[in-house]
Amino acid sequence: MGDTLAWRSFSYWMRRYRHTWRGTIVISVANPFLFLLAMGAGLGGLVDQNHSAYLHGIPYLDFFAPGLLAAAAMQTAVTESARPVHTAGQPSGSYRAAAATPLRPDDIFAGHLLFIAFRIAISAAAFVLVMALFGIPGSALLLVPAALLTGLAFAVPIAAWAVGVDRPAKLNAFFRFVVMPLYMFSGTFFPTSQLPAWLRPVVELSPLWHGVALCRTIALGTGTPYVHVVYLAVLAALGVLAGRRRYRRHLHA
Amino acid sequence: MADEILVRASGLVKVHPMGGVRAVDGIDFELRKGEAFGFLGPNGAGKSSTMRMIGCVSTPSAGELRIFGLDPATDGARIRARLGVVPQEDTVDTELTVRENLYIYGRYFGLSRARIRERTAGLLEFAQLEDKASEQVGALSGGMRRRLTIARSLINEPEILLLDEPTTGLDPQARHVLWDRLFRLKQEGVTLILTTHYMDEAEQLCDRLVVMDRGRIADEGSPRELIERHSTREVLELRFPPGEQAIRAEKVTDIAERLEVLPDRVLLYVEDGEAALAAVHARGVTPITALVRRATLEDVFLTLTGRTLVD
Repeated sequence: MGDTLAWRSFSYWMRRYRHTWRGTIVISVANPFLFLLAMGAGLGGLVDQNHSAYLHGIPYLDFFAPGLLAAAAMQTAVTESARPVHTAGQPSGSYRAAAATPLRPDDIFAGHLLFIAFRIAISAAAFVLVMALFGIPGSALLLVPAALLTGLAFAVPIAAWAVGVDRPAKLNAFFRFVVMPLYMFSGTFFPTSQLPAWLRPVVELSPLWHGVALCRTIALGTGTPYVHVVYLAVLAALGVLAGRRRYRRHLHA
Repeated sequence: MADEILVRASGLVKVHPMGGVRAVDGIDFELRKGEAFGFLGPNGAGKSSTMRMIGCVSTPSAGELRIFGLDPATDGARIRARLGVVPQEDTVDTELTVRENLYIYGRYFGLSRARIRERTAGLLEFAQLEDKASEQVGALSGGMRRRLTIARSLINEPEILLLDEPTTGLDPQARHVLWDRLFRLKQEGVTLILTTHYMDEAEQLCDRLVVMDRGRIADEGSPRELIERHSTREVLELRFPPGEQAIRAEKVTDIAERLEVLPDRVLLYVEDGEAALAAVHARGVTPITALVRRATLEDVFLTLTGRTLVD
């Protein structure tokens, strides 16, 4: 493992990370802390006063936190995969430097995915740590892998797409018109049963809805997670297949 | 073995998947060990496409290519392990330091930490970047980045160094520093392949070169041979008022062995430039300016293709 070609590519991203890790750790802790504080003590207090039947008597914060964990995993995944992959695939990007060495496009792809997975995992770990500080239930041992899977279901297909994107404006459009709506409507802030009946089936196709459901199921110990796991894993696997093709085509044109 | 052939191409073709352009349209060449071999041609002649195929990051559409006797289609990674590549655009990481860039690249080739440390000292000296070793690459000048790119490409002690337009975009002083470095490598016996659209660069660095135009090879030889084959010893350049080049040229056609009318001047290919200029004056033709110079590869290119190198 220590010297496979993909590992060399992973080492490159880790070396870059050495220059920025402090800042990312602060964000990974401060973000969930502020969010959970505002939503739990602020909004949650209001919701809980009404003993909302929709939440089946669960405190709002306990409902909200695992959902936000999934949404945060998506955000980390998108941030780490869209622009960095696109930049690296440009004529002056780091993929080009690596492609001139014994590394193959598959190795370059795998090494970068490994790093993205690492970033999603440590952000999720920081999040779960903050959840514990708030006394929110949920096993870290299961929640971190669940968040990681959610993130990869986004990161892998996005990387496969971004490597060959011609204009960065398309990445911005993706942020605005895909990521933002998913963030708002995938059941993070409120149960999707609140949505109009016609919208619900659409929302329940979104990977984030499955990620939120998976994390919440695990945290609250309700229902079975298998459908969500399979859905997210298939998405990530399809991303790997597409990415291998796209990386080869783009870097070895 | 002075005549060992490192790269052999025959009928090499590259058709780009987007747009179906035949960037390289059936070329043959051989690269021998220890020589400095150049591809000279204007932008779009197919030089970079050829370089990318030799660098094993682009698959030939047709024809045969062998590097170190190996087939890039099946042995790409093994071939790349023995090459050094200086791409047209710098691909050094601007957020890492100079030293880190060398380290990462060494790791890509699977070199040990100790080996990289050993190589780094020599390469920093070669690139004249010793006192910049711990600086972020983003803070370096264009010329320094270029030297770092070259130093980086040498980390694996490549058997062939590929340089795609090594000095394009650099100021004259930085170009001369770079040429000096490349000349040193040549003296050390490194095999070089370079592309350029600067004839002075080709004349300074190349033992042998091919002139490329529209994906094909127009001719091949040493700079001297090419000039002797396709040009006279001297060239007389006459400049007339705008729009009058062709009319005035008619009056002096028979003075030259060959004559080229360009939009801004007339070139007379002659053995003795001063004598030709005297003959021009004797006819009562007075150009705005007149210049006698030795023939260069630019003239070779003009003769071969009817066009100038840098449009």
